[in-house]
Amino acid sequence: MTEFTPFASLAGGVLIGLSTVILLLANGRIAGISGIYSRLFESSTLANGKSAWVHGEKGWQLSFVVGIVLAPLLLMEGGFEIEQVFTGDLTLIAIAGALVGFGSVFGSGCTSGHGVCGLSRLSVRSLAATITFMSVGIAVVFVLRHVVGG
Amino acid sequence: MQRIIAGFLAGLTFGAGLVVAGMSNPLKVQNFLDVFGNWDPSLAFVMGGAILVAFPFFRLARFLPRPFVADDFRIPTFQQIDKRLIFGSATFGAGWGLIGLCPGPALVSVSLLSPQAIVFVLCMTAGMLVARLVAGLSMRRALKEA
Repeated sequence: MTEFTPFASLAGGVLIGLSTVILLLANGRIAGISGIYSRLFESSTLANGKSAWVHGEKGWQLSFVVGIVLAPLLLMEGGFEIEQVFTGDLTLIAIAGALVGFGSVFGSGCTSGHGVCGLSRLSVRSLAATITFMSVGIAVVFVLRHVVGG
Repeated sequence: MQRIIAGFLAGLTFGAGLVVAGMSNPLKVQNFLDVFGNWDPSLAFVMGGAILVAFPFFRLARFLPRPFVADDFRIPTFQQIDKRLIFGSATFGAGWGLIGLCPGPALVSVSLLSPQAIVFVLCMTAGMLVARLVAGLSMRRALKEA
């Protein structure tokens, strides 16, 4: 069991919404984590021969990812306790990681790009994606907990 | 430079939001997906809160000529629901359910330096690179056939 935390979760959601707004209004870009992170591994030379780190998108994409990675450290510095409980072993974690990575890039988005930004844009495509990954996620947890583990 | 600073601030806010919301705990995410068992509906408030804040600004952005520190808005206009979208999202959902981490919370957990988080992110990154390769190949084939 985990505790029902409507207020903390709503506050976290508002922060995620604010982050989306910062990226949209300042940089004109969608805050989709899988897209931003995976594009860091693209070629770093632009079509005109200039560096993508300086003239292209890569600079802010990297600083965005660095910000995400640093956030929990700053919160812990401020006395915030972060709980992380994994239910599977490393093999299952490796399989899940590969599926999440492949699926989110192949399906052009994850919980942030389709779930938050896509639904905020009223995109039918993102709605279809969100319904799909939510239903499959629910089905997999159902099988794990109530069929296999039942 | 301004774009890099804006990106960094957005990343910090995003990461803090994920942690405060409880999404960095895989067990909590699985409990959210366990609607037929020990359901913890908290995470519905995360998505709700985020959309509530973001929605009016996506409307507003339509009326702005350009973003504050960049040249253009790049907002997807593609509306086609295709096999790639559904197959990819289903695969992502399967992995998400198996462990309870999606890409954002996975990156957040890297700095907690647990072996679990590191293995997850390495495999996630490999999966992304494979997807880019496969998607690129299938797109080239589609162009050839068209």
